[in-house]
Amino acid sequence: MTDIRADSFDAMPAGERERIRVEEENRRLSQERKKIARDGPKLMGEKLEARLEVTWRRPPGIIGWLASVDHKEIGRRYIVTALLFLALGGVLALAMRVQLARPDSALIGAERYNQIFTMHGSTMMFLFAVPVMEGVGVYIIPLMLGTRSTAFPRLNAFSYFMYLFGGLLLWGAFILNIGPDVGWFAYTPLSGPQFSPGKRADIWAQMITFTEVSALAAAVVLVCTILKARAPGMTLARMPLFAWAMLVQAVMIIFAMPAVALASSMLISDRLVGINFYNAVEHGDALLWQHLFWFFGHPEVYIIFIPATGFVSMITETFCRRPVFAHAVVVLALISTGILAFGLWVHHMFATGLPRVGYSFYTAASMSVSIPTGLQIFCWLATMWDGRPRLQVPMLYVVGFIITFVIGGLTGVMVAAVPLDLQLHDTYFVVAHFHYVLIGGAVFPLLGVLTYWFPKITGRMMSETLGKITFWLTFIGFHMTFFPMHWSGLLGMPRRVYTYPAGLGLEVPNLISSIGAFVLATAVLLFVLNGLFSLYRGAIATPNPWGAATLEWATSSPPPVYNFAHIPVVESNTPLWDLDGELPVVTGLRVDEKETLLTTVVAATPDVREPVPAASLWPFISAIAVGIVFIASIFSPWALAVGVIPCAIALTAWFWPKELKRHPEPVIS
Amino acid sequence: MKPRVPAIATLLPLLLGACQYQHYQSDFGRAGVEDNQFLTLFTIFLIVCGVMYLLVIGFLFAAIARSRRLEANTVETGRHHRSDPLMSTTLIGWGALIGVGLAGLAIASFFTDRSMAKAATGEKLSVTLTGNQWWWDIVYNSADASKTLRTANELHLPVGVPTRIILNSNDVIHSFWVPSLAGKEDLIPGRENDITIVPKKKGIYRGQCAEYCGAQHAHMALVVVVDSYPDFLKWWHHQLEPAPMPTTPLAMAGYKYVTGGPCSACHNIAGTAAGGQVAPDLTHLAGRKSLAAGTLPMTEGNLYGWVEDPQSLKPGVKMPTIGMEPDKLHAVVAYLETLK
Repeated sequence: MTDIRADSFDAMPAGERERIRVEEENRRLSQERKKIARDGPKLMGEKLEARLEVTWRRPPGIIGWLASVDHKEIGRRYIVTALLFLALGGVLALAMRVQLARPDSALIGAERYNQIFTMHGSTMMFLFAVPVMEGVGVYIIPLMLGTRSTAFPRLNAFSYFMYLFGGLLLWGAFILNIGPDVGWFAYTPLSGPQFSPGKRADIWAQMITFTEVSALAAAVVLVCTILKARAPGMTLARMPLFAWAMLVQAVMIIFAMPAVALASSMLISDRLVGINFYNAVEHGDALLWQHLFWFFGHPEVYIIFIPATGFVSMITETFCRRPVFAHAVVVLALISTGILAFGLWVHHMFATGLPRVGYSFYTAASMSVSIPTGLQIFCWLATMWDGRPRLQVPMLYVVGFIITFVIGGLTGVMVAAVPLDLQLHDTYFVVAHFHYVLIGGAVFPLLGVLTYWFPKITGRMMSETLGKITFWLTFIGFHMTFFPMHWSGLLGMPRRVYTYPAGLGLEVPNLISSIGAFVLATAVLLFVLNGLFSLYRGAIATPNPWGAATLEWATSSPPPVYNFAHIPVVESNTPLWDLDGELPVVTGLRVDEKETLLTTVVAATPDVREPVPAASLWPFISAIAVGIVFIASIFSPWALAVGVIPCAIALTAWFWPKELKRHPEPVIS
Repeated sequence: MKPRVPAIATLLPLLLGACQYQHYQSDFGRAGVEDNQFLTLFTIFLIVCGVMYLLVIGFLFAAIARSRRLEANTVETGRHHRSDPLMSTTLIGWGALIGVGLAGLAIASFFTDRSMAKAATGEKLSVTLTGNQWWWDIVYNSADASKTLRTANELHLPVGVPTRIILNSNDVIHSFWVPSLAGKEDLIPGRENDITIVPKKKGIYRGQCAEYCGAQHAHMALVVVVDSYPDFLKWWHHQLEPAPMPTTPLAMAGYKYVTGGPCSACHNIAGTAAGGQVAPDLTHLAGRKSLAAGTLPMTEGNLYGWVEDPQSLKPGVKMPTIGMEPDKLHAVVAYLETLK
């Protein structure tokens, strides 16, 4: 390879060393290229596409549907399911706004209302916001990275089924009137066995367990895909900002979810076998729950928000016709947000009587999160300043995002200060704050990005006119609903009350909020109608209708089951804008079996040819087996002992080794 | 112009309506030292955050407006798009501005916090407040056991006197919050918290539980009466007295039923056989301003309604609906009304 010795190598100046490294890497790469071109019939063009189609296609019918490991199919299911849960959660929100439109209203009783707000919060956080971000990631990331599949595609399928079963458990229970009523945060001891008899709180806790397992699985899939499956040449420095955002988000999930997994398992064991982790009377601690829950719960907000910043970066880049200003600053901002997010959970607990001077640390940490976020916002604005933003629908949502989210960020700075938070905590001011952050910061970019990627996913464009009407209705409806909540909070309206007395000045802001909620709901309905209409009647999309720069636009819309006939090779940050003629591609992968190329973590040089697992029913069966354990353990501790047996069988079958073919392979040329 | 007039005509009463209320449960109440400091700090934050917001929005609209003047809408060609060095400098400046702004706010917050803690020292009065689903048990502590006073759901405080309120809970987590006076503090089972309040303005304020505590969280309110010191002492001495014996035959019948019947299992009436400890103390019930933890104003009609069927007025409340015959109900209400 090279004749340079280690000692002389070390003695060289840094620049020289770097040059030699690059040369060496290039030499190694050319040898790799030679190696992966093997004997066998070479395929190109339509013949190749037809052959790949046969190899990658899943079995037909309902069995094939359940067995599919295609990331696009799973991503679509994730997105559609999450949007259905958004609609359900939205209907609950409307019910609450109807109840709160007038003081002393008796439309919805206390117990029903408490179930409704519990379901609203749990649905939006666990069944909509996190899964929809993962769904978009699972669909787009492999395309954006120029690969054929996610890593661990069967785990990916498993994660969807776990999510679906968790959602069905929660909503099935709600329909049967055994839905949880302890709040989406389920503070102990209210959620403990003494104050929540029955199975309502258990159903909440097990729904959490389902979504934890699902989110962890999807996070592992995304981290491994992003680190190992990028197209050759897509170094970490060239990786699109959405992929960076998903990487940070997935790593955060891996660190945050175990805390809530632990917390909810401890709650279940308190309720099922009386361990009393949280029971102060038996020397447990009621406050322990809050520490564990918010150690997860605060990063959760950023788990939702960070992918949305990735959406904003992609849309801004495409519609301003410029790479996002200060790419490295944005990446560092994402990472530092991800780290800081773990150091500020106590700001949810300023009223719990922990040592007051110690709170100052959490005030400082909470405020400092606005530094990376502020820098990111500057970078997007600088991109707009530099380029020429086309104000099409996705870009409108970005503008709406900045106007709205910044308000939420600034009220966040307010509630980070202990003296202010002690008044504002658990009031409608906080309700306004986090809806500005979550709807303004995550749902606006999501609606924008769904419009943006709709042609890629469905092959058709969404209506631009209807889209603009929808945007304005969303924007007006949102501010009409949530801006008055700042006011009602300052006037002393606490959260989670099913009614409020007349005469406190709360009538007007609440009535405005309720009317606004219906405007917002109309907008969401219009968005769905636009989507359905465009699915059948929209203009046919070209592979790259917006003139974007990233690789998902290099394949047809919608993409074939194998994503790319040839895996592309990347030579810049904005590959499709920097083309000299054809996109360079990888050759030499086999076509008679599912195979993709893995690359090295940092430099993305070709590493190994990786067989991709075939479609399989076992992830689905495993999800059922695990689901039975989770649900049965609500009722009996024996479920764990007996239920692991089918789980073990299903997992063994799932991982049963298969034989590799040894005969000469047809390869791509 | 014409179509605008009716719009204003409909909006005006609404806006006036929004201004016509007492700040008796509001951060704008300005009735306590802490709340005043809250409002000062809130104003500082509002100004700083407002300036930052205007900068962002100004930049946003300037960027969009500028782009309208640019002609080409093409992608920057070539591998490397060079960004404007001036913009990089601005980025650093922007980062520094955020840093300085935040540091200023954090320091303001820290000193407000310290000054709140200082104002709340030197307590002269100690009260233990215990949260229950869904009412407040109140004990005015005293070294002399005969001077220890127990009441419920109505807290009287002397103006200008720092009062330490010790916070406990008998069941789940609640939060003590009287916005016109001060910020909130949780009542956590197994832990003892405390908050010291210095009321500054006489008046009647409303507090409300601020931590979700179950079905009737919305109806767990607290009346706070801030009096002059002599008036407070008068109230306190009166509260120490046992309940008077009823004088009318009707009230007497009620007395017998209440103190000998099911009510006494949970409720305490000082000076009688009723000694229950798990429900609000009724010794001077009729002297209070509200019923059922701020759910209803104290009137004869509400007293009838509450005694007859508490479950329909506050569904889920721990007090059962007994189903009293009318003559018993008359007697019980007549007796309760003597408990001034």
